[in-house]
Amino acid sequence: MKRFAPALIALSALLPMAAHAHDAFIVPSATVLSGEKAWVTVDAAIGNDKFYFNHAPMRLDGLEITGPDGQTVQAENQHTGKLRSGFDAQLTKDGTYRIAVVTDGTLLARWKESGANKRWFGTAKDLASKVPQNAEDLTVIERVSRVETFVTKGQPTDIQPVTRGFGIQMEPHPNDLFAQEEATFTLTLDGQPAADTEVHIVPGGSRYRDSLNEIKVTTDKQGRFSVTWPQAGAYWLHASGSDGKTSVEQASKRAVSYSLTLEVLPQ
Amino acid sequence: MSAPVTATPLLLEVEIPRLDTAEYHRPYVAVWLESADRKTIKDIALWYQQDKANEGRKWLKDLRQWWRLSGRSQEVPAEGVSGATRPVGVHEVKVPESVLADLPAGDYSVVVEASREKGGRELVRLPLAWPADAKLAADAQGTTELGKVSLRAQP
Repeated sequence: MKRFAPALIALSALLPMAAHAHDAFIVPSATVLSGEKAWVTVDAAIGNDKFYFNHAPMRLDGLEITGPDGQTVQAENQHTGKLRSGFDAQLTKDGTYRIAVVTDGTLLARWKESGANKRWFGTAKDLASKVPQNAEDLTVIERVSRVETFVTKGQPTDIQPVTRGFGIQMEPHPNDLFAQEEATFTLTLDGQPAADTEVHIVPGGSRYRDSLNEIKVTTDKQGRFSVTWPQAGAYWLHASGSDGKTSVEQASKRAVSYSLTLEVLPQ
Repeated sequence: MSAPVTATPLLLEVEIPRLDTAEYHRPYVAVWLESADRKTIKDIALWYQQDKANEGRKWLKDLRQWWRLSGRSQEVPAEGVSGATRPVGVHEVKVPESVLADLPAGDYSVVVEASREKGGRELVRLPLAWPADAKLAADAQGTTELGKVSLRAQP
């Protein structure tokens, strides 16, 4: 099995990832809350139309809800159905909560066996027993993905940096977005600015219009891009790519992806 | 040079309109003073369901401009100037002295935002050039959740 030395691809921008798979998104019932006891309910799904549940539920393995003080918040009433997963979370403290489904280091192996295409998802420790080592046309890809949103009760608090995979910093705060106002983002990869990376932003509600109205931007050398929100509503923001910075020895490539749900309020 | 100017006391009138609706709830209303660059924000009034048991604070965020500019950064919302929701009619609001004392000269707005349960939301602005004199007169007309809003120097 060939293995790319990470140094060969180290400094270049991410290679675009071929978009085969469906998109993933999570949708909170609200992103701006007030009051003492606040609950949110969150839906998580796989599907190409935002934010519609028309394909498959998202698995909640890797679900992390982090409160403003860095504490883990329990996801309650978790449920996975035919078209979506869901859960509730109580926000007891003021501040910003990060709700994320994080995949780090799962492997996708593809090979040929007697002319048929084979595919396997799993962890590094199971690779040897589940995938024939000398398989024909074997490729092993490591996947790092983050699907997330932010919810704030009361005064917003800072978004923490992400050390593996994509993350964002933004101004204003993600729960302070209003139509016709500009937001400036810095996209990071493994904690460093992700330069020259394409970002796609899709407003929700596509069922009720003809055009997707996708906004495509490319980050600059400092990983930055800006968006002026054309209208109020929920937006899905996505970036992806591949490089050789694998953490699993058997993998030849790392596929990184990021999906963020933002809510923009009217003026 | 001129002697220090005593802040002209200001009086606001806010009309909550009579609406033709089967289930009527008194609106939440926030009133504040805002500098042109929105860096100075001073609460003038806040009317909301203060009964703790019913968690009236849950809906403060529906006053979405007030919430982002002022409300969300406070432990006690609009402390000192908040009160219960008001019925249909014209309500007088004295702009507190503390809002106007030491206010730097410049262009401001007095903003009124209203949000009603099972209803809509409206925001109305009145321009205020400061310092103001006795001749100050600013009027605005809401069309849905607010009626006439006016600002005068207090007689």
